Amino acid sequence: MSEQSEAGRRWIIEAEIMPKQGVNDPQGDAVMSGLKSLSFDGARRVRVGKLIRVEVSASSEDDALDQGTRMCERLLANPVIEEFVVSAARIG
Amino acid sequence: MAQLRTGVISFPGSNGDHDALSALEHDLSVEVRRVDYRETDLTELDAVVLPGGFSYGDALRCGAITRFSPVMEPLRSFAEAGKPVLGICNGFQILCEAHLLPGALLRNRTLKFHCFWTTIRIEQPATPWTSSLAAGDVLRLPVAHGEGAYYIEEHRLADLERNGQIVARYCTDDGTVSDEANRNGSVANIAAICNEQRNVVGIMPHPERATNELIGGSDGSRLLRGILQDALASAT
Repeated sequence: MSEQSEAGRRWIIEAEIMPKQGVNDPQGDAVMSGLKSLSFDGARRVRVGKLIRVEVSASSEDDALDQGTRMCERLLANPVIEEFVVSAARIG
Repeated sequence: MAQLRTGVISFPGSNGDHDALSALEHDLSVEVRRVDYRETDLTELDAVVLPGGFSYGDALRCGAITRFSPVMEPLRSFAEAGKPVLGICNGFQILCEAHLLPGALLRNRTLKFHCFWTTIRIEQPATPWTSSLAAGDVLRLPVAHGEGAYYIEEHRLADLERNGQIVARYCTDDGTVSDEANRNGSVANIAAICNEQRNVVGIMPHPERATNELIGGSDGSRLLRGILQDALASAT
């Protein structure tokens, strides 16, 4: 396989973005009280974040992860209040 | 003194721009023009306001997309040159996302959109926007926000306190800073902050919507008038 088609491989990046520890999450608290009212008594520490899925061209998993990390740092996450984990899966 | 030239930036989704334009033009009698978000030169202006609203529909996070508008680059130079910048509500959120102000604004702790009159106590009068006020002054201003809970990490809050960057706090009508007055759940009751140089101010309540008793109050003019006082002071 040529170098060019290597670079043209398609990946799906997933960025899981969560409120940092210590940052208030009133949405998580509201979901928590919802779970309590449904008798999920063992439920603890609910946090609500977001999952962002982006399709990219990347030459390798490292390249895809690197792109995803840079996207998070520049736009997808706000480091003041959020932390993120990036994963990548090849789709073509 | 030369006429003060001010600008109000209109972003797609701003809705407080006309309120700010009207407040500056009619209530303060200041020269003001609407600045389009695609403009790239602000050098002829003396002061700039980023208005409230829902720029870019608050997509991703309030102000996260707006931060990359063409006008934000010249705004950064404008701020770095020490010229006065005021971000109101969404404008405050944009300034935080652009790192022109520290911290971030989170969902109100009630999870509700807050739309009512509130009272704030001025903590820092030494900014271009609060120079007509004194520390301890209590202003009655309206709020209209869903993401108004100011957040900053504890150690950085200490920096804000030390540098005098807390401009105003939510308080009761008699000026007491209490948890009960802190309806959106801001860290340390913070309603307004400034950068270290104190020329960039972000405020969650709307001074431009309280400029005349006919619309429920005029304390907003008391605040905005600071920009005139500041200009007068620097001209002499």
